[in-house]
Amino acid sequence: MYGWIGQLLRVNLSSGECKTEKLDPVLARDYVGARGMASKILYDEIDPGVDPLAPENKLIFMTGPLTGTMAISGSRFNVVTKSPLTGAIAASSSGGYFGGELKYAGFDGIIFEGRAPEPVYLWIEDGVCELRPAGELWGKNTHETEDAIKAATCPNAKVACIGPAGEKLVRFACIINDKHRAAGRSGVGAVMGSKNLKAIAVRGHGGVKVADGAAFREAVLAALGKIKANDVTHGGLPAYGTAILINVINSHGGLPTRNFQTGVFAGAAKISGEALAENYLVRNKGCLACPIACGRATLVTGGPYAGHGEGPEYEALWAMGADCGIDDLAAVTKANYLANELGYDPITFGATLACAMELYEKGYLPARDTELPLEFGSAAVLVETARKVGYREGIGDLLAEGSYRLAERYGHPELSMSSKKQEYPAYDPRALQGIGLNYATSNRGGCHVRGYTIAAEVLGIPVQVDPLAAEGKAALVKTFQDLTALVDASGMCLFTTFALGAPDVAGMLAPATGVPYTEESGLLAGERIYNLERLFNFAAGLTKADDTLAPRLLTEPLPEGPAKGKTSALVQMLAEYYQVRGWDEEGRVTAATRERLGL
Amino acid sequence: MAKVLVVDQEKCTACRRCELACSFKHTGEFNPAAARLSVAAFLDDDYYLPVVCQHCDEPACQAVCPAGAINRDGRTNAVIINEDRCIGCRMCIMACPFGGTDYSVSEHKVVKCDLCGGEPECVLNCPWGALEYKEPAGQALSKRQEMARKVQAALREVV
Repeated sequence: MYGWIGQLLRVNLSSGECKTEKLDPVLARDYVGARGMASKILYDEIDPGVDPLAPENKLIFMTGPLTGTMAISGSRFNVVTKSPLTGAIAASSSGGYFGGELKYAGFDGIIFEGRAPEPVYLWIEDGVCELRPAGELWGKNTHETEDAIKAATCPNAKVACIGPAGEKLVRFACIINDKHRAAGRSGVGAVMGSKNLKAIAVRGHGGVKVADGAAFREAVLAALGKIKANDVTHGGLPAYGTAILINVINSHGGLPTRNFQTGVFAGAAKISGEALAENYLVRNKGCLACPIACGRATLVTGGPYAGHGEGPEYEALWAMGADCGIDDLAAVTKANYLANELGYDPITFGATLACAMELYEKGYLPARDTELPLEFGSAAVLVETARKVGYREGIGDLLAEGSYRLAERYGHPELSMSSKKQEYPAYDPRALQGIGLNYATSNRGGCHVRGYTIAAEVLGIPVQVDPLAAEGKAALVKTFQDLTALVDASGMCLFTTFALGAPDVAGMLAPATGVPYTEESGLLAGERIYNLERLFNFAAGLTKADDTLAPRLLTEPLPEGPAKGKTSALVQMLAEYYQVRGWDEEGRVTAATRERLGL
Repeated sequence: MAKVLVVDQEKCTACRRCELACSFKHTGEFNPAAARLSVAAFLDDDYYLPVVCQHCDEPACQAVCPAGAINRDGRTNAVIINEDRCIGCRMCIMACPFGGTDYSVSEHKVVKCDLCGGEPECVLNCPWGALEYKEPAGQALSKRQEMARKVQAALREVV
């Protein structure tokens, strides 16, 4: 095969057996790779009703046909499983160097089944696989784990692992690779922990072949030209990282503050990308094959929050900053380092802490239940809980369940700012209507990277649309969701879509694989993937009732800023969205749509 | 003066597109292990440096080659391996202090940078100009000027 290696690794952790399987070319063609292929395998192989933390759930790491090639930002892999946070399908994407190395070692992906009787890690070197004991690694953080495994295997190995949070089944634990990259959301790290799988280390000396080298090279160079001519991908993102959005979104009145009580944060400038660049940025960094290089290598010298690492990204800055009413950049940066080292998602953590702070403020969470005063704006509480949550210590044990279960415990689930029990990221749906429809319909719950309408609503990409209008958002959300599914499946990074579109993605996929992908067939593959995820979720018990937003966003108008007085027009947009999707009034994928997509 | 590969460490982002471009040009596959250059990325120290053959004026690889297989390309001034003469003894790998020559596992032969015959693919694919193909003269002046700026700033603080 071309683009794809053509081989999968299946690891039964219960029995310790590792075996290789040929990749089905029809599966590859129809579902492209990464998020698409892994979702199809999960759909075919597990009972959607399974307990996510039971051995019967599977954990699938999958690259795309462009991963490890020179395609623009072709570094990505996806981790797909059933989420312990949402009960829906989880597909978390990560970059770094791990995905490419897996292909150089001879595999498109790995399917983990069962549960190891004792902690183990998987070592793969040029097609040879071995499960090794990881008892001595258990308890170590992600950085210590990577260093120890490299010392035991190969200094040039690439490592993906969980930290204490994954071991302790924190519901939003992530999987960290290359120390600072994360398959971040929906608790994929907890599933890995439930399987007693501490890490995967991989080293390969093989290559990735493409079908038509000359055409592929030409398509890549043309796409590289577009990336370098774009103000976002060759200007804002490299200079300020994703955090450039803090001031931008705040100026739209859409930077959720104090658990979405308002959309304007007075301290925004203090936690902005500009402030980060001025105070703590060492240099920017790219993942494999990425010409954008949005990564932030940062250093905080001196003071109580001294440290060194990467980030924070925009979403983490917001969640642990504005959403908690905190404008201490050093503290947020420190909390971000802790999230990477202990291995959990800083978006859900920050949003859960914000929820706890509101419960505390309103007296629903009594002081006797927490050893720390959970007051909005407290940097000290942020950093202390950021540590405790990774170990499930004290109040950290309650936060480790995520905001929905926390708020439900105290009788006020409406104060969880989440859809399908996954917390929203950093855009208020009352000020940015399209993103609200995306949150409500995202197959993995509250999430911006399923359908990033912010590109059109704020940045004017591909065209500027009115963020406050509901009209036209249904079609916009569908297009973004389908394109994103295609990009995620290809092995490219979503950030390329600030400069590139479906024709560019298909233009690289076709010569790489030899499959004649076009803009139309590529987007159709994206739509197929999206609908397959939807089928999984409905089979798992989700319904139309789960396609909603937190009540606050539907009923409480924003109190200030450019979107003052606005609520989300979800009800109006959702009905139209179902029609555009070809779903019935109950949100079910119709037989006609299934047939059209070959499902 | 002949052009060489000039590396600017501060512009490198560790994306390794140079390795991918190089391996593709020379082997037809994307395989960093077969690239003729490597980004030495000390990620814990935030330091990344592409390391590649310097095409030395007095190449150690050429001096130790018992088969006379390493010569200078008269057109590009690149130090190149004549594959027909190479006996695969790997003495050049031992001799080169830069790791400029390597044994490629996938190709079963000793390989090195040949400047792609005068159109280096790594340069074409570096998004930030961390790798340039140009005459090496004049590199010091900009560094001296940067140094002078730091002296100027320091003096302003104390004077």
